[in-house]
Amino acid sequence: MSGFISIEGIARRYGTNAPIFEDLWLSMSQGDFVCVIGHSGCGKTTVLNILAGLDAPSEGAVIVDGKEISGPSLDRAVIFQGHSLLPWRTVLGNVAYAVSSRHRDWSTAQVNAHAQIFIDRVGLTGSEHKRPAELSGGMKQRVGIARALSIEPKIMLMDEPFSALDALTRGTLQDEVRRICTGTGQTVFMITHDVDEAIYLADKIVLMTNGPGAVLAEIVDNPLPRDRARTDIHKHPLYYGVRNHIVDFLVSRSRAFNTTGHDPRNVPVVRPTHALT
Amino acid sequence: MTASLPWRAALVSVLIFVALVLAWHAATRGTGSVQQMSPEYAKLMGLTATQGKSAMPGPLEIGAKLWEHVRNPFYDNGPNDKGIGIQIAYSVGRVLIGYGLAVLVAVPVGFLIGMSPLMNRALDPYIQILKPISPLAWMPLALYTIKDSSLSAIFVIFIGSLWPTMINTSFGVAQVRKEWLNVARTLEVGTFRRAFTIILPAAAPTILTGMRISIGIAWLVIVAAEMLVGGTGIGYFVWNEWNNLSIINVIVAIVAIGVGGMVLDLILARLTRLVTFPE
Ligand SMILES: Nc1ncnc2c1ncn2[C@@H]1O[C@H](COP(=O)(O)OP(=O)(O)OP(=O)(O)O)[C@@H](O)[C@H]1O
Ligand SMILES: [Mg+2]
Repeated sequence: MSGFISIEGIARRYGTNAPIFEDLWLSMSQGDFVCVIGHSGCGKTTVLNILAGLDAPSEGAVIVDGKEISGPSLDRAVIFQGHSLLPWRTVLGNVAYAVSSRHRDWSTAQVNAHAQIFIDRVGLTGSEHKRPAELSGGMKQRVGIARALSIEPKIMLMDEPFSALDALTRGTLQDEVRRICTGTGQTVFMITHDVDEAIYLADKIVLMTNGPGAVLAEIVDNPLPRDRARTDIHKHPLYYGVRNHIVDFLVSRSRAFNTTGHDPRNVPVVRPTHALT
Repeated sequence: MTASLPWRAALVSVLIFVALVLAWHAATRGTGSVQQMSPEYAKLMGLTATQGKSAMPGPLEIGAKLWEHVRNPFYDNGPNDKGIGIQIAYSVGRVLIGYGLAVLVAVPVGFLIGMSPLMNRALDPYIQILKPISPLAWMPLALYTIKDSSLSAIFVIFIGSLWPTMINTSFGVAQVRKEWLNVARTLEVGTFRRAFTIILPAAAPTILTGMRISIGIAWLVIVAAEMLVGGTGIGYFVWNEWNNLSIINVIVAIVAIGVGGMVLDLILARLTRLVTFPE
């Protein structure tokens, strides 16, 4: 069974070095919210860039909606790890650039009005006319989020989108992104280092081992109900079971993962179901 | 009491100016009669011999002459006696035409070189050989082929202004950050729109820096070129006044050349600031 997005045996090498990963398989259904967790440098951004079409795999292919991807597309929006704002444009200019690329026949007024909606959603009302150099790291990150949301893509690829935000802003934006993505049925592939964030947002959490030669160790099927709320999620009886499972992976199993008997085509799906007392 | 830095710097500038003018005045001032001689002989010898007066004009004479030129810069009494304003205008005109044409050629070619690694390598040997040639070395060839002295001067300006702008443009275009290009790629921005909305604004500060170096070279070259081809222009004016042995006018022209170059540079600096973005 191949899903809406199907990563089929991809590898990525730089020169003659050991591959960052090889024979990597992953399938996502339409509307899935998938989070990837793994240590720094294991190859998460590389996978995301291949999904985006910005980087080509050394081997294998990525199939989206029945077609092999051959390059970037407006259907796959990217929130970049390093913001990637255009420094000569204002906040509004950066978002409007994306909107006008999506809707080439729109008037400037239409484009700006549409961009403004998303600037408001990420809480940057009043900063529309600032340049990126005048923004804090978290504000820049929010412009990047607004820019990706504004083109209303079928697939969202997010690379640590909330990493530079304070706890309060992060919570608000997580709610907002979750509401928009689930409300519009977007398929989301998101990289994060924050276990709680992954448990709140994701339906499936992909655990990646350390590179070089990183593999997808397992897929954690999130047992929490879909209508979970951020504020009382930690009260759910299964919450700490899931959390400990992931933290345990990051602390010990990611480093010394035993690949004997591991079938990269059929990554084990784990559904932690026992509550901690 | 500490005044702000610009004010203190201006004060020091003025003090240096005053000191230089005083030293200059002292060095060129007459020392009184140096020798007893018959009045007819003294008249023949001139002030240099009789009053210990230096042949170099002093600051007061230069000031007076400068004021005379500033009051009436645009008079025209035939080919060998035109106001310094007219001469400067001729030079600026030639520079703007030659430089303008150079920019029109250098920016698109620089774009091509910067965007295409193939063209970069293919054209590199030509640029490396052509760049170090003094623009004036082209003059005989230009005179021989174009057969018009004024157009030849413009051609020399053109060839001299070409390289810094072209090299800076190609460098700026090749150095555009990959992440900005990736933004355009994910938004499916076409080649043409990408060139104007991503590459041009990103490379604009580097391009303008090249254009600023070019206008400096053009202004350096025009004086020498006009000395060679004659007719009009500030370079011709300098040479003509040297033939008239009017050191005063030569010095006035030198001041005018300096001011003209400074104004051109300031304009380019202002334009550079307009397109520079903070990161
Ligand atoms: N241009 C390159 N040349 C050689 N190696 C590279 C290059 N780019 C990335 N790598 C290597 O690929 C590996 C994966 O990089 P990647 O950016 O995908 O990591 P990541 O999982 O996103 O890390 P982080 O969590 O820190 O963002 C790293 O070990 C890095 O050294
Ligand atoms: Mg990364």
